[in-house]
Amino acid sequence: MGDVVPQFIVNTVDWILGIFYLLPEWLQYLTITTWKILFVLIGVILCVAFSTYFERKVIGRMQARIGPNRVGPLGLGQPFADVFKLLFKEVIIPAKSNRFLFIIAPMLSLVPALAAWAVIPLNDWYVIADINAGLLFLLALTSVGVYGVILAGWASNSKYALLGAMRSAAQIVAYEIAMGFALVGVLMASGSLNLGDIVNAQSGGFSHWFLVPLFPLFVVFWIAGLAETNRAPFDVAEGESEIVAGFHVEYSGVAFVLFFLAEYANMVLISTMTAIFFLGGWASPFEGWTFLNDITWLAWLTAGGLYWLFVKMCAFMYIFFWLRATFPRYRYDQIMRLGWKVFIPVTIFWIAVEGAMAWFHIGPWSGLGV
Amino acid sequence: MLLHSILFYLFSAIMLGAAMGVVLSRNPVHSVMFLVLTFFQSAILWLLIEAEFLAIVLVLVYVGAVLVLFLFVVMMLDVNIEAAKRSVARFAPLGIGIALLMVVQLVQLIWLRSRPAGITSGFATSPEGYSNTKALGAVLYTEHVYAFEIAAVILLLAIVAAITLTLRKRPGLKVQNIAEQVAVRAKDRLRVIKMDAEKKT
Repeated sequence: MGDVVPQFIVNTVDWILGIFYLLPEWLQYLTITTWKILFVLIGVILCVAFSTYFERKVIGRMQARIGPNRVGPLGLGQPFADVFKLLFKEVIIPAKSNRFLFIIAPMLSLVPALAAWAVIPLNDWYVIADINAGLLFLLALTSVGVYGVILAGWASNSKYALLGAMRSAAQIVAYEIAMGFALVGVLMASGSLNLGDIVNAQSGGFSHWFLVPLFPLFVVFWIAGLAETNRAPFDVAEGESEIVAGFHVEYSGVAFVLFFLAEYANMVLISTMTAIFFLGGWASPFEGWTFLNDITWLAWLTAGGLYWLFVKMCAFMYIFFWLRATFPRYRYDQIMRLGWKVFIPVTIFWIAVEGAMAWFHIGPWSGLGV
Repeated sequence: MLLHSILFYLFSAIMLGAAMGVVLSRNPVHSVMFLVLTFFQSAILWLLIEAEFLAIVLVLVYVGAVLVLFLFVVMMLDVNIEAAKRSVARFAPLGIGIALLMVVQLVQLIWLRSRPAGITSGFATSPEGYSNTKALGAVLYTEHVYAFEIAAVILLLAIVAAITLTLRKRPGLKVQNIAEQVAVRAKDRLRVIKMDAEKKT
């Protein structure tokens, strides 16, 4: 060890570890958890930053443009340039607005989007809080995020903002029900609310993923996720051709950055949730292909890990952008119809089908002991 | 255990303060936001006694759905605070009476009942790996299944009743037939006319 790594580094590491083990147990736990949170947070924020770049490149290519290519190599510095531009802009607070709620609204929309990462397992051991009710926790937090939007719309004292907030609130409440019902199917199939157990229940390659037996629920969940994040084609909350920018019309500078961050953090979250619930999370799609293990440089393909989760997340992010480039905005009454009259009956029907399949021991969950 | 008590009193204090805020604030939207805070604090109190299912469901159902609709309605209505204030003064004796009754019940329940049993240190902690979601489900769908189903039917009844009360048939109402809209093909709406090029006059 001494001849590979310089002695002073070894000494420093020993010194830090020595201090660490001197700490009381609760402080050690606190230190480790804080670092875990910090790593996840930085990872998510970097994902958000580069997904804006990814979005502009994807949509640019789909519209036969190049997309950002000026800042840094391949335009990779673009997100940072955008962030710095927005950070240095003035935050304007409308004179007749409700000051406190106006300022707190962007924070209320960002915090749930980040707090949800506490229960998301990134691989088989890295999860900040391995709690039993993880799925419920995620549902609760995604439903709390709507407060930021509603309060922003009301507090800015602007008609456009209020209209956007109203649309968004009705839409999110409607699609939340379909989303919850779709997750009922997932928890029936896995027999657990713990996200780690849900991923483990899907191990054994892509034919064991819940995508196969729960395909209708997967579609419902994904589209409901699209509607919950207010993304195109469900972006009536900010529909720029009708109500300028919807609920964040009056926001500028840092306050706007927070809304922007929240929207993209929610997209990353929904993509990751879809990957975990229906595509086996960090599990490898080629699990059990033992012949791949014989080739040393391909062995990583069959092992599970963070990179699989990341790949699946990126695929869903790509679909987000693809849909945005493809579809025109939904008409408002049709959004409501889709949520209440199509998705909810579909999910309830499929839950019944699943119950019947479990009862007659058909399918992957026949061993659940119903 | 000390930390536990400190957290309990801290969150209870915030909860009581927020509950006062619901009643005392002049702006109805502020009242709803105080109510959100109150629910969050009571969810935390439930987490402190390891009832994580109830805590999360409280946030999911009340904060995530019921209060969003509350906020929705309150934002649309123009609530006259002064009139509401006057009615508060009128109903104050009744309110105080109900509050006293509740205090008496709580004292009876917590203090008088727990004294003979000698319970002083709260609930017993549950064993490792105990999932109270599973425990609740096991009881709810076996022992209390009839009560559970009756509650569900009552809720359904309330939904149907509310919809019937607000459903009005107005003359001249335009309704879209979605199936018809979806079934439309280009040839129903579009006619391609072939004609010879005209000479420039």
